[in-house]
Amino acid sequence: MLIKGGNANLTVTQVLRDVYALKKPYGVLYKKKNITRPFEDQTSLEFFSKKSDCSLFMFGSHNKKRPNNLVIGRMYDFHVLDMIELGIEKFVSLKDIKNSKCPEGTKPMLIFAGDDFDVTEDYRRLKSLLIDFFRGPTVSNIRLAGLDYVLHFTALNGKIYFRSYKLLLKKSGCRTPRIELEEMGPSLDLVLRRTHLASDDLYKLSMKMPKALKPKKKKNISHDTFGTTYGRIHMQKQDLSKLQTRKMKGLKKRPAERITEDQEKSKRVKKN
Amino acid sequence: MEGQNVEELLAKAERDEAEKLQRITVHKELELEFDLGNLLALDRNPPTGLRHAGPTQEAELRALARDNTQLLINQLWQLPTERVEEALVARLPEPTTRLPREKPVPRPRPLTRWQQFARLKGIRPKKKTNLVWDEVSGQWRRRWGYQRARDDTKEWLIEVPGSADPMEDQFAKRIQAKKERVAKNELNRLRNLARAHKIQLPSATGMHPTGHQSKEELGRAMQVARVSTASVGRFQERLPKEKAPRGSGKKRKFQPLFGDFAAEKKSQLEMLRVMNSKKPQMDVTRATNKQMREEDQEEAAKRRKMSQKGKRKGGRQGPGGKRKGGPPSQGGKRKGGLGGKMNSAPPGLGGRRKGGQHHGGKRRK
Repeated sequence: MLIKGGNANLTVTQVLRDVYALKKPYGVLYKKKNITRPFEDQTSLEFFSKKSDCSLFMFGSHNKKRPNNLVIGRMYDFHVLDMIELGIEKFVSLKDIKNSKCPEGTKPMLIFAGDDFDVTEDYRRLKSLLIDFFRGPTVSNIRLAGLDYVLHFTALNGKIYFRSYKLLLKKSGCRTPRIELEEMGPSLDLVLRRTHLASDDLYKLSMKMPKALKPKKKKNISHDTFGTTYGRIHMQKQDLSKLQTRKMKGLKKRPAERITEDQEKSKRVKKN
Repeated sequence: MEGQNVEELLAKAERDEAEKLQRITVHKELELEFDLGNLLALDRNPPTGLRHAGPTQEAELRALARDNTQLLINQLWQLPTERVEEALVARLPEPTTRLPREKPVPRPRPLTRWQQFARLKGIRPKKKTNLVWDEVSGQWRRRWGYQRARDDTKEWLIEVPGSADPMEDQFAKRIQAKKERVAKNELNRLRNLARAHKIQLPSATGMHPTGHQSKEELGRAMQVARVSTASVGRFQERLPKEKAPRGSGKKRKFQPLFGDFAAEKKSQLEMLRVMNSKKPQMDVTRATNKQMREEDQEEAAKRRKMSQKGKRKGGRQGPGGKRKGGPPSQGGKRKGGLGGKMNSAPPGLGGRRKGGQHHGGKRRK
């Protein structure tokens, strides 16, 4: 769901249009401007999401204090879960880069580079939000030749560089092709501004998985910290005297010895 | 000499292999983490090459992207593949990144009537064999479905039982019985569904026409029939002398005489506060709705008078001309305003929006 704020300027509108082009046919771009402030009042956003049945949204606006503002967020049960405000520093649109684009509806590949994405909670939520936003529908099979484009996010010096490249598969000697990239789509330089993250318990509630989807635990298999897998086998009680061990021919009892042993045993029995 | 040649050949082959692999291998300090179900790769290496922001940044970003994509593609090409309609398709594993759900987990459904009964009595499902021996055809056939073992419908001979009418069609009787069983099953399934979703099914007690039904039952049946149109009875005309049914609106709910003391106290205090406040507590939605409804009624009455007068006196142009300009625009506006607001939007929001546009009741610009 892509919404324009009351004072959206050309840059922000163009960004929304480009993201809509990337996310067709799963997005809805609202043409009219809506005078709302997401960080103050979330009711109108929730109303829109309920009407259009969309849980991910992007809101663009522009004012003197926050130029070229983009709020990206998601909902749980039609209530706002996470909202992150990003400022657009540099923007190159789809139209400005003149080469062929990939067909709409393809599932993109996502790559996050930079250790910043794991350091702070804000960045981690931003990563999860971006994955949620830009991944396509979940599929079980994918045509290898149809992997068309890749979205690359780099976190560096407090900025996030968003680039999209078209994939060219070149021949290499072996089965796996060599990759060459061609810049295709919108490229944005983003700066993290405000965030409105969900409280821990709401987030936990939203992550709850129904019992059917939980991965089934296999019995009698355990893993230790070094990566070794241990298995347990349950056996019945064994009679160790009848155990089949290696036959040492030298230790075999000779017939004479066996007779003397029997005599000794019978003597002992008689005594007792 | 030959030994040297063989050695040289081997060395050359090795070098070629290394070269080929070099084209697709990428050296990274920390391994990337992959989530192939989402076509996702996470690179934890700090991007040191890009520290100096300069004109070469784009090219460096691109090089980094190329390396990461190469690694991801290498991983993807390792997946098991199959050929589907002359295209090479890889089977993706399940996505491992845990992302929050969009909608809450569905509630467990209430048990159906049979399940409740079985639970009460301790009945467990009997394990049945898949195939049953069929005498007629002399082979093992399935228990139900296509070419089943004992198929009632395929019998070409049915004996007339002693107690039955000799002129009756036994085949038709069987087909009818089956239809009735299917209908009963469907009804029970729908009832279970309604119970699960907590929908009240309209009771159909008086709706089957028998010869002798009371006046109330007939009235109720008529009312239900009137409301069962696509517009929920809004445009159904009444017969000339038919009276509007009374008591068909919503039943008023009264609070119990004593019970929740806290709630009663709260409502009484609220009432006192409203009475004591200097400013009038006006609900903008209700006020505008009321105003609009009154205006509409006035106009409808006026129009009816006009049309009657016009018909009687043979169409006067004065009021007619004015009439043309007025209603269409109002009608259009009304549809946009009322229809959109009354049925779909929640009352609070609708009220706010209306308040903004109409400034408390004034509609005409």
